[in-house]
Amino acid sequence: MSRFTSLAINHPDDLRFGVSPKPLTTRHGLTIGGGMVYPEINFTLPPMFVDENTMPEVRGQYQQIITGAVRRAVELEAPGLVVEFETLPPMTENPAWGIELTRILLDAMEAAHAKHGLKSVLRITPNDTREMDRPPRMRSGRFYEAMLQTFDGCAAAGAELLSIESVGGKEIHDEALMMCDIRSVVFALCILGVRDMRFLWTELNQIARKHGVHCAGDTACGFGNTAMVLAEQKMIPRVFAAVVRAVSAVRTLVGYECGAVGPGKDCGYENPILKAITGFPMAMEGKTAACAHLSPLGNIAAAACDTWSNESVQNIKLLGGMAPTVYVEQLIYDCRLMNLALADGRDAALLYRKWMVNSDAPLDPQAYVLTPESSLAIAQAIVQAPTPLAAGRAAALTAVRLLREAHREGRLKIHPRELPWLDRIQESVESIPTNESDFINEMMGQVDTTKFVVADYQL
Amino acid sequence: MQDLKPLHNAILTGDAKTAKAITEKALADGIEPIILVQDHMMPAMAEVGRRFECNEYFVPELLLAGRAMKGALELIRPRLTASGAKPTARVAVGTVKGDLHDIGKNLVAAMLEGGGYEVIDLGVNVTPEQFVAAVKEKGAQILALSALLTTTMPAMKTTMDALQSAGVRQQVKVLVGGAPITQKYADEIGADGFSESAAGAVSAAKKALG
Repeated sequence: MSRFTSLAINHPDDLRFGVSPKPLTTRHGLTIGGGMVYPEINFTLPPMFVDENTMPEVRGQYQQIITGAVRRAVELEAPGLVVEFETLPPMTENPAWGIELTRILLDAMEAAHAKHGLKSVLRITPNDTREMDRPPRMRSGRFYEAMLQTFDGCAAAGAELLSIESVGGKEIHDEALMMCDIRSVVFALCILGVRDMRFLWTELNQIARKHGVHCAGDTACGFGNTAMVLAEQKMIPRVFAAVVRAVSAVRTLVGYECGAVGPGKDCGYENPILKAITGFPMAMEGKTAACAHLSPLGNIAAAACDTWSNESVQNIKLLGGMAPTVYVEQLIYDCRLMNLALADGRDAALLYRKWMVNSDAPLDPQAYVLTPESSLAIAQAIVQAPTPLAAGRAAALTAVRLLREAHREGRLKIHPRELPWLDRIQESVESIPTNESDFINEMMGQVDTTKFVVADYQL
Repeated sequence: MQDLKPLHNAILTGDAKTAKAITEKALADGIEPIILVQDHMMPAMAEVGRRFECNEYFVPELLLAGRAMKGALELIRPRLTASGAKPTARVAVGTVKGDLHDIGKNLVAAMLEGGGYEVIDLGVNVTPEQFVAAVKEKGAQILALSALLTTTMPAMKTTMDALQSAGVRQQVKVLVGGAPITQKYADEIGADGFSESAAGAVSAAKKALG
């Protein structure tokens, strides 16, 4: 495990789409972060059960999805295609199913490469099925074992990028969000979450090395995006969700400390912060993820992307065709524009990035904390901190400061009923002890310890 | 006569300690439990619900109010039962089989508790058999089913079928909700109620019970 103690990107202008200090080259020659943005298509099944009886239909669905996707990518002369296979829980619980479906996707991708020269790469994202036990068993048990088997088998089959939306710390985080309790958020992310990330990504790194593939990255989806969706539904303040986003980067970073090399997972909206720290390429999703969830980050999310994704779309028929095929088209067109801007030179790319950023940043605090300048400021606060707890405190306080300053200077709209929350959040974060043991002792007396297995977090 | 407006305000502001203290004193002073519930506590929660619907309250304020209400109700409930008053309905909430999402389900549980219902939280990944058991063994009069994925929605229909096969369909009202769920789907599977959001759970429960 290696800590990041300085930034890979030091100037906001260097945090932009298509370019990363440490690009990744895949087996078929996609260089992600090497000067071009690639579309990354993600898909799921229509409403149906997944079991032994329906597996023939499931196979057919994925065959249809990938055939349509690669065909459209060839027709639109896409320079390459990243395909993400996010499994459904039965496919992770039954590794043989997940592995078989991986092969179906890879066969179609290989055929398109052989016949048309379409370069592609497969990202496999098994479910974190550990949470199917309550309280979740994070380091052992049948769910954990099956999950690792799925990773191993899919990597052996040829999935080159390994990702997951891991849930370590979520046992406490969900309640913390509902109560807007930033101390519990920090405990969940920076104490519990980082411990689980270290454990899990050490295991995944071993699998990746064994098969000569890459650990791509994790995401705080179940943390930051849950907060975002709750804020979108007006259930929690947007400023609170913005601070959660900043703190969530501390947890996501651990995957890279344990050997992940990108592209970071698409639903990690905190990825610009991670890109600034690690220099690795990042997948992002924004407006094209509306098929899965709404967000206030539709354009700004592309500002630092190296692959551009759609989160997940069901395989249903739209007027234009099957939905995954339709989304491949949308992603390809978005990438064409970004790649044209890149080809026109640094100034053109920066101008396009400026429009992406400025279209969203003044309107929502969650967008504001992800501007290139804000991302760098939060990233700097994280790498300067000696521990994950200190990094979480620093990230939260930096986010609050940035939001206050922007609002005061008229660069950001914050609803009047949300303004008092900035004070509450700051006060609460400042009350967190700097000593980790002291904080753990305090929180263990406050959180519901029946919701997680303490030994699994080595507390 | 004790001024009970502070009880209303304590619930409104989520001050559980004050709500319980005032309730204790009121009961000790001989005030009828049903008066406390109907004239002070339920109106307070109705106002909480209104403020939440109008985006004046966020979820934390709503949950704190619900906890204050619940704390006060716990003192009152035994007296209500003893006096022969009609007990509040018992609701079992759960996310259906194959689905692990629980924030929505937790919000519904909190809303229903705040609305005076007795809530049994069955958790996530709840099988049809577990829902049936909640009716047969725990006396749930309402089941609230949650699903967040299109691939787990079908488990709601399976649960309805299980209730029918177990012979308990007629003794329970079934509410459904979750991101992919629609009124049309609720009608298709024969559910008794649907809510687009957790905020509508209480009125959906009231409507289903008639």
